[in-house]
Amino acid sequence: MLYLALRQLLNLILSFFVLTIFTFSLAHLFPQGVSFIVDYIPVDIFSGDSLLHGSQLNNSQISNFQLNESSQTDNIFISYYHYMSQILTGHFGYSTVRGTSVFSEFFIYFPATLELSLGAIIFALGIGLPLGIFAAQHKNKWQDKLIISTSLAGSAIPIFWWAMLLVLFFSLLLGVTPVASRIGFEYDILPVTGFMLIDTLISKQNYAVDAFFNALHHLILPAIVLGTIPLTAITRTTRSAMIRVLSEDYIRSAKTRGIAAVQVIWKYALRNAMIPIITTLSLQVSVLIAGSLLTETIFSWPGAGKWLLEAVNRRDFPVIHGGILAIASFVILSHLFLDFLSMLVDPKWRHR
Amino acid sequence: MASQSEFYHQTRIPSTYARWWAHFYENKLAFIALVIFISICLIAIFANFLAPYDPTLSFTESIHKPPSWYDSGDTRFFLGTDYIGRDIFSRLVFGARLSLSLAGAVVVLSASAGIFLGVVSSFANPWIDALIMRVMDFILALPSLLLAVVIVAVIGRGLPNAIYAVAIVLIPHFVLVTRTAIKHEIPKDYVTAMQLDGASKTRLFYHCILPNILPPIIIQLTLAFSTAILEIASLGFLGLGAQAPHPEWGTILSESHNDIMFASWTVTLPGLAIFFTLLSINLVGDGLRDAMDLEKNK
Repeated sequence: MLYLALRQLLNLILSFFVLTIFTFSLAHLFPQGVSFIVDYIPVDIFSGDSLLHGSQLNNSQISNFQLNESSQTDNIFISYYHYMSQILTGHFGYSTVRGTSVFSEFFIYFPATLELSLGAIIFALGIGLPLGIFAAQHKNKWQDKLIISTSLAGSAIPIFWWAMLLVLFFSLLLGVTPVASRIGFEYDILPVTGFMLIDTLISKQNYAVDAFFNALHHLILPAIVLGTIPLTAITRTTRSAMIRVLSEDYIRSAKTRGIAAVQVIWKYALRNAMIPIITTLSLQVSVLIAGSLLTETIFSWPGAGKWLLEAVNRRDFPVIHGGILAIASFVILSHLFLDFLSMLVDPKWRHR
Repeated sequence: MASQSEFYHQTRIPSTYARWWAHFYENKLAFIALVIFISICLIAIFANFLAPYDPTLSFTESIHKPPSWYDSGDTRFFLGTDYIGRDIFSRLVFGARLSLSLAGAVVVLSASAGIFLGVVSSFANPWIDALIMRVMDFILALPSLLLAVVIVAVIGRGLPNAIYAVAIVLIPHFVLVTRTAIKHEIPKDYVTAMQLDGASKTRLFYHCILPNILPPIIIQLTLAFSTAILEIASLGFLGLGAQAPHPEWGTILSESHNDIMFASWTVTLPGLAIFFTLLSINLVGDGLRDAMDLEKNK
């Protein structure tokens, strides 16, 4: 177990090293040049005053700024060392448009993406697991063929089009779901955690419960859109894993001992089919983040994807740099987490 | 003739490709998908003969005309017109040409780079191999669209840059497929035999290993083609790929996004074009995999 943990740690450090090399060279590739920490102090367009006065531009930031100035003339290794010392202390620079810290902005926008992605995963698992199991039980019958061909077709849908179709049908034709944003404008919710569903419940307003259901109502359609591609992947993985497990001897002996079919499926078979499903989930993390760029654009969801796209459109390079660094770190960490999860599920690893 | 072949007891052994084709042909769904895909390619090639109008020509007197089978439709515009009166049918037909050729360029770029890197990493010394694999793992771990968006942000928006961005994103798949296939073939006896005969590494690769690693690479080519179409359309939809007057499918969708309330055909039809193209390529890819796997199992 210790050996495995060490190996994972080494892998993590290596991936993070490659990531920082990438973002470091990205900062050099940007048309604005090497400046990536406090390269530009945003200025009020009317008064000409710096927007970063008082508490915002404290001494440490000024010294960082000077460090950075000096590092431009140094060789690339010293420059990388300064870069790393900035990154590891959470100095991701300041947005050239708003003048706010990129690091703190990320934690404002990312929870919205996380909430959306968790909703999508819950949708995908909640429908994909039962569908996959059902298809495996009816292997090669028409039910199975229907599910498999639908999931094959589903994986070919461009999700931005799928989002527009669902909006067209559910929001415009039937009028059952909202078209955009996270919550109705009539609710005034103070962001504490950044997760709208939690913030509504802990808010002291007297309409807290109403606001919670309103936020949930806003979450449904984007989550379905974002969860469609993972849904098709999970359905297919569950089906093939279950078919493999259901043909094992211990399933047959469990059946002959007279254990109820439901129990055989959910307790004996599914547990052993979980490992490939978790592997699929860890592949879907990237799919979800990539999909959130499109989904958030269509539903005006104020998440990290929309934040990053806006930065690309405004050529706000500190935000692009910090955003990709933070999001990629999140993806690497979530892969690590899911790796550990699959080890916990797999009894083969327990005794090592 | 018949007596002669009986006399020599000859049986004609079909070539590998003929056997692949025979297996592929048995799979009716894949065959239909191939026919659809070929017809989409033909539409793309002969776009200027099929399309009644120029894709950027706007008919200002007929804006937002529904498709011709509606009562308020106009027979001059088979699939209706968009928000500045451009014929949607012409735009989709020319869009097929643009999308398929862009995806083709992406696949050629990323396949040549990826296969080259894959060959290098499986034949070169372990350090270079480890370096290449680390970088490829990193690219694979990043969300593909996010990476493409960042690359476009660095090198600037526009069509050629979108092609480079998507090509870079697709390289690791080719590297991995090539490397895995070569590593799988190298320990086999026929390779050892050729090495003992004194074949050089180049000769070993071209005449011995390459013909045997073709199936996974061909399957990867079809996969990459459909991914490339989707990614280019996504970039176009986000406004970072093909720019507005170009009739690229994703760009058409992003232009008509706001008209969804009252002109739904401007949204549904381009999406259907992308959907059917992707579906047919995926089905062809699945059919190819089945056909070539059958070959392997025998």
